[in-house]
This record gives sequence, structure tokens and C-alpha cells, in this order.
Amino acid sequence: MVVQEQKTGEKPKKDNRRKLVDATMRRHGHSSYALIETLHTVQEAYGYLDEENLKYVARALRVPLSKVYGVATFYHFFTLKPQGEHTTVICTGTACYIKGVPAIFKAIREHFDVEPGETTRDGQLSVLTARCIGSCGLAPAMVFDGEIAGLLKPGDVVERIGGLIGNHGEAIKR
Amino acid sequence: MTPEEFKKIGDAHRKKRKDFPNNINVCTAAGCVSLHSEKVKEALEGEVKKQEKHKTCRVSGTGCLGPCASGPLVSINDGQALYAGVTTDDVPEIVNNIDKNPVKRLVVPPDTPFFAHQKRVALEHCGKTDPESLNDYLAMDGYQALYDTLTTMSPLEVIEVMVNSGLRGRGGGGYPAGLKWSTVEKAVGEKKYVVCNADEGDPGAFMDRSMLESDPHSVLEGMAVAAYAVGASQGYVYIRGEYPLAIKRLRNAIRQAEKSNLLGKHICETPFSFDVDIRLGAGAFVCGEETALIASIEGHRGIPRPRPPYPAEYGLWGCPTLINNVETFANVTPIIRNGADFFAGIGTEKSKGTKVFALAGSIKNTGLIEVPMGISLREIVYDIGGGIIEGRKFKAVQTGGPSGGCIPEEYLDMPVDYESLAKAGSIMGSGGMIVMDETSCMVDVAKYFMDFCRTESCGKCVPCRVGTAQMHNILTNISRGQASMHELQLLEELCDVLKHTSLCGLGQTAANPVLSTIRFFRDEYIAHITHKTCPAGVCTIEPEKETVS
Repeated sequence: MVVQEQKTGEKPKKDNRRKLVDATMRRHGHSSYALIETLHTVQEAYGYLDEENLKYVARALRVPLSKVYGVATFYHFFTLKPQGEHTTVICTGTACYIKGVPAIFKAIREHFDVEPGETTRDGQLSVLTARCIGSCGLAPAMVFDGEIAGLLKPGDVVERIGGLIGNHGEAIKR
Repeated sequence: MTPEEFKKIGDAHRKKRKDFPNNINVCTAAGCVSLHSEKVKEALEGEVKKQEKHKTCRVSGTGCLGPCASGPLVSINDGQALYAGVTTDDVPEIVNNIDKNPVKRLVVPPDTPFFAHQKRVALEHCGKTDPESLNDYLAMDGYQALYDTLTTMSPLEVIEVMVNSGLRGRGGGGYPAGLKWSTVEKAVGEKKYVVCNADEGDPGAFMDRSMLESDPHSVLEGMAVAAYAVGASQGYVYIRGEYPLAIKRLRNAIRQAEKSNLLGKHICETPFSFDVDIRLGAGAFVCGEETALIASIEGHRGIPRPRPPYPAEYGLWGCPTLINNVETFANVTPIIRNGADFFAGIGTEKSKGTKVFALAGSIKNTGLIEVPMGISLREIVYDIGGGIIEGRKFKAVQTGGPSGGCIPEEYLDMPVDYESLAKAGSIMGSGGMIVMDETSCMVDVAKYFMDFCRTESCGKCVPCRVGTAQMHNILTNISRGQASMHELQLLEELCDVLKHTSLCGLGQTAANPVLSTIRFFRDEYIAHITHKTCPAGVCTIEPEKETVS
């Protein structure tokens, strides 16, 4: 995974988001043990872990940058890439898998020209996968912009995503 | 708090609840929330006001009611009727009929086998109390067990009760809880820790999530009792970052308990102090392994280390640490309150008590269930689960997630306990149970789990890192119809290597799904290899392109 440079033009508002990160580190007494907790806060505030913040956290907690990078890439929950405008998370747990996730993958690939784990070229939609979101009773389940939905069919998924990004499920012309 | 205060709050709250002759409980656990139960709850509250019944009818949120697939679920008058699949359109009728006969078309028959075969111990408050209210929990005699333990029992007596109860770790390994507690108690250390493992990484399991969302206080109380028994003063709950609702409710519960002096310094005015903090996991299956979990709490990459020394002697920051699963802690309070014999009286000789399962897959009634140990798989699949959907044929039930195996039809009458499941090539695991029908291909399922283990392997030891990748390659070849019998033999050899030479549980058990599917569904492997067909029609067979030599 490559650490992406922060895009110019969307510089963080230094005041508030950085304050949240500082508050987390302060709560744990700037101990190196707080690394994972701090990265959680960074991701919550900024949407992803950018290089500038990784360096900032490394300095503040006095942890080598290599270790911060190691932790950030070890855990799946952390992402080093900025997310699209809208995100969908596909559950790939066992129950969802046997109840038709491969067909959902296929539908998304066909309709939105995006692979799982990627963001569309126009930055509108990120398609992520989760090991299991724990809604197995409602398999197959997905999360659309933070809202969980279950018992989905490929058609529903295309419609939902179309509604999110505003093209109402029409196939993107390649 | 003193016992008088306990009683006062409990009584006051019970009275308050009695002041309302009618009540409506809406399930607000994640399953129903994702089917918009919050909207139903809002609509019910509005409708109760509109029909001017707000003085006699109370609407509140509650924990998981069980049959998640037929949500949103609404329970009327403390379980008098259970409504399934409620929409906002049904709301006026429900409120209108609240003190009359239940609305027939929504009702789930109370004698349905889904409930009749269950026995609730760890889930005793699940669906009866509001998970966000401490008073609700106190009204159910909550924290009474902690108070009694602190004031009338010595730590050794608590451990004796746990040993006698026969409770075994519910995280998957099945190590006797009492023995573990006693080891930590005996270990010498300046500071000791209690850790609750809520890093439910198995795909297909949602017991821990449901329990924390439905009854967080019972887990905290169990942890406090454990801390008193082993002499710890600090606890951590290591919970998956992917469970926002469970985290929110647990945070709320910790704050409430601290405010009422049920956690923190000098609990219930005794010398015992115990603090609980939350640590968020960040999505690594290997962190369910004790030593990897400890590394993760310490802020490192979640990489296991060789055992011994076991965490009971050398755990968090080198101190003796007790690590138990959410369900294990949830069982502590009922055991203390009702005595060891009560718990030991349920289940089989070697596996006592009950077990919570997350029932999912190609089955009619999916959801959260708790059954006595020793129940047969057939009862779970056909009576509680209601059989296979769309009249298809049963093929296998998968237990234990990526560390478990697939159990075929001929083992359906086997009792569910630690030993029997192990004999059938699977494990109890933490309680995920996924039913598969004839449309699932067993080679594909094995490939799916191997893909999971391959990506989740931490990479520290070679057998696991390289072995899982190679096994995945072979399984991919088999599923495409591009493998020979020689490769099947190689696959079996690799299983053996992985099992005996991997460092931690992940690698040692990663071969189980492959081994069990080869053992019970060898014909499917052979169909892929020699006949180049997938009997279930799942795999895309791409026969090798003929090469011109």
C-alpha cells in the first residue's frame, strides 16, 4: 500500500480535527501504547490515515515512523487511501458468501466499473469489503454510507448504490 | 452503593414499570436496527401519544429478541406476544390492540419450536431490559451477585464456585474457566489484569456483538467478579472497531456503572477497586489469539508469541492476565446468583451449561439462540432453525468459522459438545453456525476459508504464511478443474504440516475446513479433478488450455 500525498485544496482544518487527535493522545498520557487508539481517532476525523498525520502521531508518541506505518498497514480497519464521496461496505462473511456475495460483486463490477477495495475514477464511490459485519442473520448484508441493509439481491444493490451516487443504476458507459 | 440503595432503586424502577399496565419493547440490536426498527419505535411512541395511551403504555428499546431474519421484532406486554416483520404501517393497529387480542397476522406463535428448545442463561436479560438503562438491569437483580461476592465471599470461594460449575471457556478452546482463574489468582505479580475478548473475528458469528448490544452490564459485572477473584484492579474490553453500536452501549454502561460506584474506586464501599477501559480492535482475525490480543492492546501489530509462558502468568505488560470471552463473562453472574449446581445441572458430563449460537445460512429461522449443551444438531437445524429454505436439501453445517469444519448429514444426531464436535473434525468455536444446502460447493467453501486464513495470517511463522497461500493455490486449481490427484494428496500433506508446525491457533486450525471437507465430501473433490464438473454448479470450470508441444 502506498501512502498517498494529501491532495492540495482539501487541507485539514487544523483547528478541530487535530484537536481530537491531541485529546486522544492526552487521555492516554502520550504513551506509545495509545498508538492504535490514536490512529482510530485520526481515521474517524480525517476519513483515512494520511502521511502528514502518521508523521505527526509518530512524533507525538515518540514511536518510530516505521512502526506507525507497520501498525497502520497490519490492521484492515485502517486505510491509507482517501475514500470516495460515498462508501459501501460489502460483507464477505461465510453466511453472506454462501448466500450470494459473488453475484453482488459481479453486479457492482458490471454497473459501476469498480473492483472491491477500489474507488471509482470520479471519486464518487468507494467499494470496500469487510470480513464480517455481524449481520449474518440478514445475509447477504451491506453497509451503504453507514447504514446497514440486509437480505439483498444484486438488483437491490445496484439500485441502492445508484440512488447514492445519483445515476439511478444506469450502467456507466465505458 | 449499599444493599438498601440497590433495593430502593430496583423497587422504584419495578414500581415505575408496573405503573404502566402495557408495554411495548422494540428490538434495538443491530439486526433489527438494520431493518429500521428505530423508525418503528419512533412511530410507536408517536402513535401511543396520539391515541392518548402514554399514561398506560410504555415504549422502550430492548436487546436482541432472537429471530433476527424476521425483524423488526416487537415484544408486547413482557413477552405476551411477539410481532415479527413490523413496519410503520402496522403501528396504529398494534397500539390500538395493545390491551386487546394481539394482531394475528404479525404474531409469532409462542409455542414455536424456535423458543421451545432454547434455555437462556447467558442471554437471560436479552430482550427483557433496555440495554441503555442501568435501572432496568438493577430491577432484574443486576449487580446483586457482585455485591454478594464482595461482601460475603473470599476470592478462593468464588473460584471454587467457578470450578464446580464446570464452565469452560466459550471463546472456542473450551479451557475450564475455573482453572484459568485459579492460575491467575496464584500467579505472582504487582498488578493483574482482566481482559474481555470481544474481538469476534469469525465470519458468520455475531454472539458477542449481540450480547454486548443487548446486555452490556452483565458482561461488566462478570468481569468485576472475575477481577475480585483473581486480584486484578484493571480491566480491558478488546472489542472490534466494526461494531459501533456495541461500543457505544458498552461505553454508556461503563459510565453509568462508574457513576453509581459499581466500577471504579471502592466499589459498593468495599476496599475492592476495579476500572474498565475499552480498547478498539482494528480488524485482525489473529487478534482473537490471546498473545496477539495482548500485543494489540499494548499498541503493537497483533502478532502472537510462543506459549508458555501463558498470559495467566505473563500477559499484559508482563503481568498475570485473565483473558476470557464475552460469553464466559456473561455466564459468571447467573452462576454466582444461582449457584454452581444450577449450572452444572445443565448440559453433558464434560460440557456443562448452555451455549449461545449465531444461527445463519440457508435456514428459515436465522438468529441468536441459546441451547443446553448436548442438544443434537438436528434439533438446532430442523426444530429451532425450521429447516432449509426453499425446500432444498441439507448438505452440511459449518461450526467454528475458519478454524472449524463442515459436518455432514450423517452426524446430525450427534450431541453438541466440545468432544463430539472435535471428533467430527470440527470445533465448538465461539458459536457461529452456518447451515449449507445443496447449492453450496464444498471445494468452494474450503477455498473461501483458505482465502480468509491466507489474508489473515500475520506472517510471523513460515508454515502458516506460506502454507495457507499454497493451499489456496491448490484449491483454486481444483475448483477450476485444473488439478490432478497428486495435488489433492499434496493438499492433505500440507494440512498435516500446518497443523503440527504453526505457531498459534490460527495456523494450527487453518487446515480444519479443508480436512473436514476432504473427509466427508471427497467425491466432490474428485468430481472437480477427474470429471471436471462442479456438482453444485458453483465453480467455473476452465479446463487447461491444450499446449502444443
